[in-house]
Amino acid sequence: MILRDLAHARAGDKGDISCISVIAYDPAEYPRLEREVTAERVAAHFAGIVRGEVRRYALPGIGALNFVLEGALGGGVTRSLALDAHGKCLASRMLELEVQADGSKAE
Amino acid sequence: MKKVRIGAGSGFSGDRIEPAVELAERGGLRYLVFECLAERTIALAQLARRRDPEAGYDTLLAARMRAVLPACRRQGIRIVTNMGAANPLAAARRVAEVARGLGLSGLRIAAVTGDDVTDSLRGTDAALDEGGTVAALGNRLVSANAYIGAQPIMEALAAGAEVVVTGRVADPALFLGPLMHEFGWAADDWTRLGRGTVVGHLLECAGQVTGGYFADPGLKEVPDLARLGFPLAEVSEDGMATITKVPGSGGRVTAATVKEQLLYEVHDPARYLQPDVVADFSGVRIEPAGEDAVRVSGGDGTARTGTLKVSVGCHEGWFGEGGISYAGPGAAARGRLALEIVRERLRLIGHEAEELRFELIGVDSILGPAAGAPEPREVRVRVIGRCASPEEAERIGHEVDSLYLNGPASGGGVVKSVREVIGIRSCLIPEAEPRIGLTWVEA
Repeated sequence: MILRDLAHARAGDKGDISCISVIAYDPAEYPRLEREVTAERVAAHFAGIVRGEVRRYALPGIGALNFVLEGALGGGVTRSLALDAHGKCLASRMLELEVQADGSKAE
Repeated sequence: MKKVRIGAGSGFSGDRIEPAVELAERGGLRYLVFECLAERTIALAQLARRRDPEAGYDTLLAARMRAVLPACRRQGIRIVTNMGAANPLAAARRVAEVARGLGLSGLRIAAVTGDDVTDSLRGTDAALDEGGTVAALGNRLVSANAYIGAQPIMEALAAGAEVVVTGRVADPALFLGPLMHEFGWAADDWTRLGRGTVVGHLLECAGQVTGGYFADPGLKEVPDLARLGFPLAEVSEDGMATITKVPGSGGRVTAATVKEQLLYEVHDPARYLQPDVVADFSGVRIEPAGEDAVRVSGGDGTARTGTLKVSVGCHEGWFGEGGISYAGPGAAARGRLALEIVRERLRLIGHEAEELRFELIGVDSILGPAAGAPEPREVRVRVIGRCASPEEAERIGHEVDSLYLNGPASGGGVVKSVREVIGIRSCLIPEAEPRIGLTWVEA
């Protein structure tokens, strides 16, 4: 399964930094998100797009993770040559991440 | 417990106007806030003001005011907006003119000034976030505007302003100012200022919390986006709030829409830096509270840092861009050939660019190349570069244009453009540096 099956996401921008939230549809799935969606995996998932460090912040109270991806926006929104200079589409790329189906989720 | 209803009439300068009218007429509001100033918008507004001293404020200011002032006056709804952009004073005069035109005489408008620190920062060694100093920008510097806080807005409201027009203000502060005024929150009541910031942050992008920017058919359905309702918060004295919208409007407010907006453009959720407070979103609780209503509690805050972020606009050259489409069998191969030809042409003519980008929209323009992806039925060639002069930038589109008669078969739909690049950097200044002032204008 992919992350899109259990979470939704939104991307925002500040300078050359993209921040992407990953939010469990069902807060009971949060531990799985925390286990599967690590900063290392996200950095590897965005290889070729993100040049800098990836940091993760946990928000268990709302069942969400927040990722900060440095060097993600072609040098900064305002002078990037990218078609999607704000990196808005990166949230959809995030949701392509493969996650382990552990069978405990009631379908 | 006293409660105040505050609504968001826009989330960016080009936002729809009808949802603001709907809120003004049927939201039961005390305050209507218009956030219209993106990072780059204010730098562009500074350029506009240089060309015309009475310009430099939001181009939709008059249209928005004409649309909502009658209902706001009738119901005693007070308006707060950063549509003043690079020229809050001229904007306030324009609001007065609109009010007089509507027969709303005596309307009291306050302009907040002082966020423009261009002159005091020019030539200083203030350090920029990406390295270098403001001085090193030399005459490339366009503008420097500090993100000021809620204090002057609160003062304007306390002095009886019915409309408060600002330039650069931290977006959540547009909402925090009215809340501080209504509830008498102290400037060092970090918990309440933190909670007020949560409310402001949730509302500042307007439709993005009521189901806008959320829909994903089959997965995340949102009804009636063409009539998306904008949000309002019912806030209590302790800073807790319910986010909702006008009944019958489009969109939806759910725990999921509120969570997406809570984290939007946030880095460390425990330290959301604002001029008034360092807000802490880490303990926020979000719970459904009926149809299209979500209860938000548990925000907090700690002492502000004492520095203000300054948005620094600078000239970064010119973008030149050209595009052409190919379709049917072999579309991607012809697109790739077109890219190769333009690349070679730019080399042959000795074209100079700081940066160039060659890509196929539909193949690799957003997420990069993907091995094994199916060949698309149609592609669009995109060549873009950043150049030192508009003439040099124009040559890029010209080379794409010339593919018509000199490139691969069956290309069509050339569009080319040249546009100025205003880049945005940032630096920090002590909070006491901007000389904030209020100027009154009466209709």
